[in-house]
Amino acid sequence: MPTHKEQMKKYWKRNIRTVLILLSVWFIVSFGFGIILAEPLNAIRLGGYQLGFWFAQQGSIFTFVVLIFVYVYRMNKLDEEFDVNEK
Amino acid sequence: MDILTWTYILVGLSFALYIGIAIYTRAGSTKEFYTAGGGVSPLANGMATAADWMSAASFISMAGIIAFSGYDGSVYLMGWTGGYVLLAMLLAPYLRKFGKFTVPDFVGDRYYSNKARVVAVFCALFISFTYVAGQMRGVGIVFSRYLEVEIEQGVIIGMAIVFFYAVLGGMKGITYTQVAQYCVLIFAFMVPAIFISIQLTGNPVPQLGLGGTVQDGSYLLDKLDGILVDLGFHEYTSGRKSVTDIFAITLALMVGTAGLPHVIVRFFTVPRVKDARLSAGYALVFIAILYTTAPAVAAFGIYNAIDTVAGKPVDELPVWVENWQKTNLIVVDDLNQDGVVQYLADPDQNELTVDKDIMVLAAPEIAELPNWVVGLVAAGGMAAALSTAAGLLLVISTSVSRDLFRTFVPQMTEKTELIIARVSAAVAVVIAGYFGINPPGFVAEVVAFAFGLAAASFFPVIIMGIFSTRMNKEGAIAGMVSGLVFTLAYIIYFKFISPEANVSENWWFGISPEGIGSLGMLINFVACFIVSKFTPAPPEDVQEMIQDIRIPRGAGKAQDH
Repeated sequence: MPTHKEQMKKYWKRNIRTVLILLSVWFIVSFGFGIILAEPLNAIRLGGYQLGFWFAQQGSIFTFVVLIFVYVYRMNKLDEEFDVNEK
Repeated sequence: MDILTWTYILVGLSFALYIGIAIYTRAGSTKEFYTAGGGVSPLANGMATAADWMSAASFISMAGIIAFSGYDGSVYLMGWTGGYVLLAMLLAPYLRKFGKFTVPDFVGDRYYSNKARVVAVFCALFISFTYVAGQMRGVGIVFSRYLEVEIEQGVIIGMAIVFFYAVLGGMKGITYTQVAQYCVLIFAFMVPAIFISIQLTGNPVPQLGLGGTVQDGSYLLDKLDGILVDLGFHEYTSGRKSVTDIFAITLALMVGTAGLPHVIVRFFTVPRVKDARLSAGYALVFIAILYTTAPAVAAFGIYNAIDTVAGKPVDELPVWVENWQKTNLIVVDDLNQDGVVQYLADPDQNELTVDKDIMVLAAPEIAELPNWVVGLVAAGGMAAALSTAAGLLLVISTSVSRDLFRTFVPQMTEKTELIIARVSAAVAVVIAGYFGINPPGFVAEVVAFAFGLAAASFFPVIIMGIFSTRMNKEGAIAGMVSGLVFTLAYIIYFKFISPEANVSENWWFGISPEGIGSLGMLINFVACFIVSKFTPAPPEDVQEMIQDIRIPRGAGKAQDH
């Protein structure tokens, strides 16, 4: 039976991992696709949009919304697993 | 009915609604005044956060800024939404668990130092005051353009309204009026956008219309690129700013958003940690509706303006051009006397000057929508300005009554504290109103820099306070001060001391003053880290507190001391 303290350490590690994964997506869609790679991506078309421009003005924002809801879902599960959720 | 009557009716009705809500939800205790008693549902808080966040600038000016800067305008779109991801994952849940009322509260307790608290209060006040002055100005401008009263009278009416519900209602009153204000502003923004999208592209969803085709079957954005290049302008879909600068500005805006005290305090009002996370998600949904529509409004607006005005005979211009020429927001000057309006990049030959605000303000008329829509846009602009102003005023009054008075006069009763909170809110309204009527020339610029300052001061210190148990008060103070001083010095040098040197060759690493907050943030982090290495670790009880805020269970409602 691991001690409470070890459990909480594990919880925190899992939390950090979740956040790091989601923040890398955050970075890639905005700073990656929307800024650094915007020029080359503009060669690809998405209907009337050039892809780099689309990421900068639309795609990154949609992704941000999805990221937060994924985070909410993952954290609620994690809280339950480690029995630290609020009643 | 004419435009003026509709405007009076709709603006009047919206004001009556806000006042009604304020009376119904007025605050009775400090807890209700500071955090609405901690009982706001995540959905309502999400809406209130969105209204709090989207200011007169988002509603009135942003689409116009994008219209004239094309791809470069993306910094605002990504910057002012991406910050919510940071807020949701790195700040909101932990600050909610911490369970006090303000950002300086957290800084002061976490760094066991009243010095750190006072530095934080100073930052919070500075950021909020520059911001709120801009909002009062926005209220005045909307009044003067739509209701044909002087800007001064407009500001005073706006002051009276905000005074009434911010001072009376505190956070509780503000929260529920902001919910109503969000509904008004989003409806007012979307109705013209949807109709213009249908007219131009046949698609009722502006986000899809922007990627759609215009009447001749070519894609709107391609056509816009072509037209602008022909006139000597830069392509709409590619940038003029360097990649480094775009990167730095976007980062400064994102991090600044996450560090703004009036946004952070909104997450103290929900009952549980998981509600704080969820409510950040809702907030971003509500914000994204406007922020993904704005680039469409921008492209439609500039396309329409060029299509209906440029190259047309001076005496056959559409009615909306005539209407808005009276306000000087659109200026046609037939320099070469050939009777045709030339719109060109070359300033010596250009005959058409369009203010950025026109893209939203004149949208209903450009789309030939009924008069009530014009009144609706006026009410929407007002809602955006008032909701943000109220949120900021609350931060100011809380900083004074709680962070300053409570810290140094701990024995005062709750009733006295509530009176001090209300009086400081009242004083803040008057000061903000004064700056709204007599704006110092640099208000607009300073507002933009508030983000850089928030990024360079609050953000690193709060993050380190949560994610590092080793970070101590010496590190935090060194970080806040060095980040703030560096950013402020860079901005003051390039904007006020030698504005003529403000060109990319002179910028450090090619970063403009708008983006320098991101470098200031790095300096803050580095200073924190180095100084804390050589100074003693924080006391045992503070380290325990950090462990505690990392775990959701046991949050309870926002606690008083």
